[in-house]
Amino acid sequence: MNAMPIGRARNAVALFAMLMLIWIMLEGSVAIDVLLVGAVASALVTFVQRDGLPIVTEARFTREAAIAAVEYVGYFLKELVKSNLHIAAVVATPSLPVRPGIVKVHTRLKSRTARVLLANSITLTPGTLTVEIEGEWLWVHWVTMEAADPEEATQQIVAGFEHYLEAIYG
Amino acid sequence: MAEASIYLAALLAAVAFVLAMARFVRGPLTFDRVVAFDVMTIVGITGIVLVAVVEDRAIYLDVALIYALMSFLGVIVVARHLERGL
Amino acid sequence: MTSLLAVLGGLLLVAGASFLLLGGLGLVRMPDVYNRIQAGTKATTLGTLLTLAGVACLHPGWTMKLLLIGLFLLFTNPLSSQVLARAAHRSKVAPTAATEVDLLDETKGDGA
Repeated sequence: MNAMPIGRARNAVALFAMLMLIWIMLEGSVAIDVLLVGAVASALVTFVQRDGLPIVTEARFTREAAIAAVEYVGYFLKELVKSNLHIAAVVATPSLPVRPGIVKVHTRLKSRTARVLLANSITLTPGTLTVEIEGEWLWVHWVTMEAADPEEATQQIVAGFEHYLEAIYG
Repeated sequence: MAEASIYLAALLAAVAFVLAMARFVRGPLTFDRVVAFDVMTIVGITGIVLVAVVEDRAIYLDVALIYALMSFLGVIVVARHLERGL
Repeated sequence: MTSLLAVLGGLLLVAGASFLLLGGLGLVRMPDVYNRIQAGTKATTLGTLLTLAGVACLHPGWTMKLLLIGLFLLFTNPLSSQVLARAAHRSKVAPTAATEVDLLDETKGDGA
């Protein structure tokens, strides 16, 4: 946590920009009246939620963090497809070769938002499902359990995502 | 070609819906039914999007978006209720 | 060019719908709630994303709105799975007998 004090103005601007982007995607047009209504609505929401959204405000605003964010999305999509094929193979096999277990894993991430993103990523890559999160420990349900030991399970489940999230949220 | 693939996709989605329905009927726990309901919703969103393509009406996409929103809230509320109620 | 997009869109549609089917199959075949959540909700998430991508190929004008639906599903689906799994575990829904370890039960006991 060596980030400098985060400017509230920057958070507000980031939130406003995000809301405007969602508005334009929803409307599918950039006509002047559409932009005007969107700007008023986004400004109102930004005013109410002045401190910004933690998913943005807790991130670092550096070039490394931006690169890591892009890499994270790529890595995540790759894992998503890979593990979906894995679970599809399990389901389609007549003998149903499951080996379920609930294991405990550890994360180095300090930021709450980063932990939530980590839990979500673990859940979306099939085979693993976050059941409970408490502090720096996560309990994960694993369809084809390969390691019950917390250290090894952490290596297999958490390490990949953690590497990128650490670069983004510190 | 595109037409045929849309109908094939719709057929596959319909089978998935029926399978989820089977789990919904069989249960045995309320949790199983909620999971089945969640799956039926996701399949339903795909169905709505496919209908939007066939009918060529973009407004149905908004229906799909709102449906996704509502079902998400629904599942969360039911799960929280079960957590305290059982 | 257009026909190439149409072929790609068709392939994505069928691939996505196949994942939906596998998700439904998993929902019926898996032995307990936790495994059903895994097989059911996640295969269908990828299935829906692929289907949305396929529709985006057939209808390039809709890409933005489809992207929005996809992003929304990507954020909300894991949340509902997690809340459901946690609720099941807190209500003492026992995992299937085939489950080899349940570290959550051992470490937390009756707390929470």
